[in-house]
Amino acid sequence: MTEPNFSAAGATNRPEGSTSTAPATGPQLDPDLDPAEAEAPASGKRLSRNRLIWRRFWRSTGGKIGVIGLALVLLLAIVGPSLARWDYWVVDDNAFLSPPSADHWFGTNQGGFDIFAMTVEGLRKSMVIGFMVAAIVEILAALIGASAAYFGKRVGAILQWITDLLLVIPSFLIIAIISQHTAGSRNSTWMLIILLSAFSWMISARVIRAMTLSLVSLDYVTAAKFMSVPSFVVIVKHVIPNVASYLIIDFTLGVVSAILGETTLSFFGFGVQKPETSLGTLLGDGMGSATTSPWVFLFPAGVLVILLLCVNFMGDALRDAIDPSSKSGGAA
Amino acid sequence: MFVLRYLARRIVNYAILLFIAVSLGYLVASAALDPRNAFDWTNPNLNKAAVNASLTQYNINPDTSIWLRYGRWLRMVFLHWNWGWTPRGEAINSLIATRIGVSVRLVTIGTILSLVGGVAVGAWSAVRQYHWSDRIVSFICMLLISTPTMVLAVVMQLGATRFNQATGTQFFQFIGETGQHPSYFGAGLIDRLQHLLLPTISLAALSMATYSRYQRNLMLDTLGADYVRTARAKGLRKSRAIRHHALRNAIIPMATYFAFGVAQVFVGATITEQVYGWNGMGLYSVTSIQQQDINGTVAVVAFSGVCVLAGALLSDILIAAIDPRVRAR
Amino acid sequence: MSKKDKPVFESDALPERQPGVPVLQIADLNVRFPSEDGVVHAVRGVNLTVNAGEVVGLVGESGSGKSVTSMSVMGLLDENAHVEGSIKLHGTELLGRSDDWMSEVRGKKVAMVFQDPLSALTPVYTIGDQIVEALQIHGKYSDAEAWDRALELLRMVGIPNPEVRAKNFPHEFSGGMRQRVVIAMAIANDPDLIIADEPTTALDVTIQAQILDLLRVAQRETHAGVVMITHDLGVVAGLADRVAVMYAGRIVERADVNDVFYHSRHPYTVGLLGSLPRPDLDKDEPLTPVEGNPPSLLNLPPGCPFAPRCPMASEECLAAEPDLLETDLAGHTSACIKFASLSDKKYEEIYPHEEIPAAAEQGTREDAEVILHVDGLVKTYPLMKGSVFKRRVGTVHAVDHISFDIRAGETLGLVGESGCGKTTTIMSILELAKPEEGRVVVLGKDTAELSKSDRKLVRQDLQVVFQDPMASLDPRLPIYDIIAEPLKYNGYPKARIASRVEELMALVGLEPAHANRYPRNFSGGQKQRVGIARALALEPRLLVLDEPVSALDVSIQAGVLNLLERLRVEMGLSYLFVAHDLSVVRHIAHRVAVMYLGRIVELGPVGEVFDHPEHPYSQSLLSAIPVPDPVKERARNRILLQGDLPSPANPPSGCPFHTRCPKFQTLDEADRARCTGETPLLASAGGQVDRQVACHFPEGVSVF
Repeated sequence: MTEPNFSAAGATNRPEGSTSTAPATGPQLDPDLDPAEAEAPASGKRLSRNRLIWRRFWRSTGGKIGVIGLALVLLLAIVGPSLARWDYWVVDDNAFLSPPSADHWFGTNQGGFDIFAMTVEGLRKSMVIGFMVAAIVEILAALIGASAAYFGKRVGAILQWITDLLLVIPSFLIIAIISQHTAGSRNSTWMLIILLSAFSWMISARVIRAMTLSLVSLDYVTAAKFMSVPSFVVIVKHVIPNVASYLIIDFTLGVVSAILGETTLSFFGFGVQKPETSLGTLLGDGMGSATTSPWVFLFPAGVLVILLLCVNFMGDALRDAIDPSSKSGGAA
Repeated sequence: MFVLRYLARRIVNYAILLFIAVSLGYLVASAALDPRNAFDWTNPNLNKAAVNASLTQYNINPDTSIWLRYGRWLRMVFLHWNWGWTPRGEAINSLIATRIGVSVRLVTIGTILSLVGGVAVGAWSAVRQYHWSDRIVSFICMLLISTPTMVLAVVMQLGATRFNQATGTQFFQFIGETGQHPSYFGAGLIDRLQHLLLPTISLAALSMATYSRYQRNLMLDTLGADYVRTARAKGLRKSRAIRHHALRNAIIPMATYFAFGVAQVFVGATITEQVYGWNGMGLYSVTSIQQQDINGTVAVVAFSGVCVLAGALLSDILIAAIDPRVRAR
Repeated sequence: MSKKDKPVFESDALPERQPGVPVLQIADLNVRFPSEDGVVHAVRGVNLTVNAGEVVGLVGESGSGKSVTSMSVMGLLDENAHVEGSIKLHGTELLGRSDDWMSEVRGKKVAMVFQDPLSALTPVYTIGDQIVEALQIHGKYSDAEAWDRALELLRMVGIPNPEVRAKNFPHEFSGGMRQRVVIAMAIANDPDLIIADEPTTALDVTIQAQILDLLRVAQRETHAGVVMITHDLGVVAGLADRVAVMYAGRIVERADVNDVFYHSRHPYTVGLLGSLPRPDLDKDEPLTPVEGNPPSLLNLPPGCPFAPRCPMASEECLAAEPDLLETDLAGHTSACIKFASLSDKKYEEIYPHEEIPAAAEQGTREDAEVILHVDGLVKTYPLMKGSVFKRRVGTVHAVDHISFDIRAGETLGLVGESGCGKTTTIMSILELAKPEEGRVVVLGKDTAELSKSDRKLVRQDLQVVFQDPMASLDPRLPIYDIIAEPLKYNGYPKARIASRVEELMALVGLEPAHANRYPRNFSGGQKQRVGIARALALEPRLLVLDEPVSALDVSIQAGVLNLLERLRVEMGLSYLFVAHDLSVVRHIAHRVAVMYLGRIVELGPVGEVFDHPEHPYSQSLLSAIPVPDPVKERARNRILLQGDLPSPANPPSGCPFHTRCPKFQTLDEADRARCTGETPLLASAGGQVDRQVACHFPEGVSVF
């Protein structure tokens, strides 16, 4: 699985070993040692796979923290604007850089904007970007990776080359340059989603290619080929579903890295641009006055950390639940 | 012999990749950045003609066709190893040289720390899987992984300020590389270390947590391996079987992660440099774009590409060094 | 094991040999594992003794608890396992001991040989270092002494040139060689008990013969007690003094080896023996499969666990689980209350017979239609070396000019060891593309001349059943969709698909009402039936069967073999049957082709080739198969091959087999020169038209 090859791993700061996730169909070491996996008669007593996964997921503390936490964060993003006493674009002329109070729960910044309203708005933006980018990336990666594996060496080599190239090009700088150029346009969020997606699919595609490389020689794929089933059908129906668990796990990692990418870019004034606001822009703005008026920085930072922590916990627990053959995981 | 031939072929391949990447970078930067924005165009005292002329001289005038500029730039780089000038006329070569020096001083300790610490922590907690100590360590790692560097850096800065205020000392230093210090012997070194403390933690924390998670997973996968069972059947105690057989194998894939981590660290320290006021390569990558410095940006792109490729090569070499299966037969 | 009630032991002294005390005594051993679905009771009250110098065969199908039993002895079960009972070594209790104490015992008093030699050695240390480690952990050896002893051990287990090989890494050894190293490590400290857990299952049959031979030597050298765990009754017949048969976590029969084979007192043992095809006998009647599947060890119902599958079961059997009790024969115990009615009955009298209609009387072979004709087929691969430093170092002739044909209604068995090119052969045929060299003609159509739409049509006549039923069915699709898939994409009228699927399921003996279930709800044998139904959906003329029963337990495989036989007769199919298990081939095939290094070395009617193989390779291959008949097996003369398969990238000159050929050793200079200089072609042997052999000096020999 681990391609010892150039750029197989770790070129993004994804927290978990995307390359160390073994395919779900790993060899059983010794059938005798795992009686639970021994053949059971065709009774309905066995739990369905999905229920098993859910049960294992829910049993882990991390999974619970992740799900509940993420639900709360999502709730905040949805109902936050209607809760807030201020809209994020409204200036309170009576409160510049005022600490948290009954009126401004998270305080205000030097422009007199309500930090709570801004944080909620930033959270919404960051979440939209994170989830959109991750979804696009997984779709791209699954299609490209599986096709590369299915169609064999030449397509694989081309993918490899494109991946290498895109890894050599520092995506952060290119996105920064382009979004600098498009600064001020109303669509900076969409632009950012497209740019982040375009530079994020390669590693996942490579991993999926490596995983599906063993799958395309799986007997039922070969069988489908020998039964004249069209290639696209084989890929979508027989190949990609096998890596669904990886895609789900990778999706959570993708959300984290997309949000990190967004916040970092916006922190430096690239990415999400001024009329719009995201957690990154808030952190960038707040950094300067963090020592004197910490609320400007700490509240958006706290929300960001909680969001990332929940998604990370979910991803970790999911991986444990989906792939019990690799004993890894079990955080907290 | 073929190892050398193989490496040579690999390097040629990398060189082609790098050339394409940098060329793309040049074209994108030239198209998107406008060096005239680096000057206050509304200032009536600005000598617009002179600015234009100097921009032309520096080969970054947007009025010149992009392909023409590209051709000149190629000649300049390849024939004279001259990476050009900033819009203000500073030579990129010397600028970059200074900044690389700063970066090296900033990241060296942190990188070593993160690798050694990450491997140690990961292996340690894998052996104690589901033990409370593993859970606590895992939770801390998850927390660190979920804390973006800018948050960690700023929060540490905040805490350090409070600490200094409360104790009335200047123990934590968090602006720049050096500061004022007494003149006794070694004071300069201590001063440097004081300045390094917070940036090093900020750099190392995230990657150490990441490495430790990788290492923990790799360890857990090897703990169940058949050869560990064989070692136990030979009569090795658990701890020795783990140290001697599991860890030795689990460390192999870390070489790849580590090599790429090293590659990223020079340009990736952007946030730390920004928060703690170090003028290294990372910060330059941002300021060059903000200041519409086309040549500088391209130089950063090239430098970062070289780092990635060096990392790839390094990972090949490291793996060949520690894995007999890969080594030349 | 719970930490609270730690047992107190009188002494921490290691167990030592004591006269009159057996090496190993297992008493009422119970092992439970927690699992998602509940507690799995993997071992349920096992009693077993092993004396010094004795080989005890522990036989059972997968999941019967035999490996768990052995790992309990080693004290290497998962920490969450709950172990009860008593395991004594030389009369000293092992259960409940600290890990430090057990570590002293492991490797010194008890040694183990594992199933998969490929993963049993640490990849990053040299072979020599790993043996030295085993020595130094238990004894006071200086580095130099340990190294010398390691070399001596390597020599003892038959590693040529140990001074050089000891410095090699495991990946530079073949599977058989690695197993030799594992055995060397096991006997390094002269243990009193050796546990061999399926030590040859992962190996080819000629290598298996070498390793079994080595185990015999090792046992003689150390005079240790040996527990031989295996599912292969032939291995037991040749090696074991006593046999214990396990079923559902218990020993159901335990006796002297001859008694188990010739006077079984448990219907399960009888069924196992009856469902086993014999390599040495022509047998045209169908096998007697044991119907049903082993029970789940989660919640066993009361009563005899074998009762649901037992042809003799009655009310009393369901009342309570029978204990392992003495039978009418001395030293023979059985867990069957009806053991008495088994005496002197053959299995045919106990298990119901399946009737398979006889094939319609056919004319001679020459008159039958040629379904598949392969002529001079060649397939090569570039040989790459290294995983990171990849480079091409040569060309592998995976398939090297092979020719055969299959007539209507005929089964051709393609046999050979791994790496001989049999899989490549069938894949080249199934691809229906123009071969690199030679011709493949399916039903009169040359694949080199097929258009895309022609190819699709030919595909319908040529279908495949794969080895692993787990891998050949998409686990995410219900059985209905799996069987309907070929129909859907080959223009079968939509309205008739549902009824066709029902028909197919009934045909292969599946309940059509189960069409909406998923593969995981079916047992291995049933899954393989689904695979067969799918292959038959388009009414092909030729089925390629790629090791279709090798992943199944013996009691299950018999049913699938019978089904295949019935389908062939009823539907007039032809089979290309690929297998490494020669017994199965003898049972099902009409003709057999033996492959070695990409070539067919012998081809002919199955009975003749098995009874009088002419090629030295066929002879040694056949002589290496263990026969599940202790008297016969022990009387056989095995032709052991030297060394491993040569690299296919660099095959020996002339006859590719001459490097290992026993016949070659007996030839004089001139004849040898012919073997090394001239590649023998497949030529008619002994004047028979349909019997061919590729040897310069063929000679019929009987090996059974």
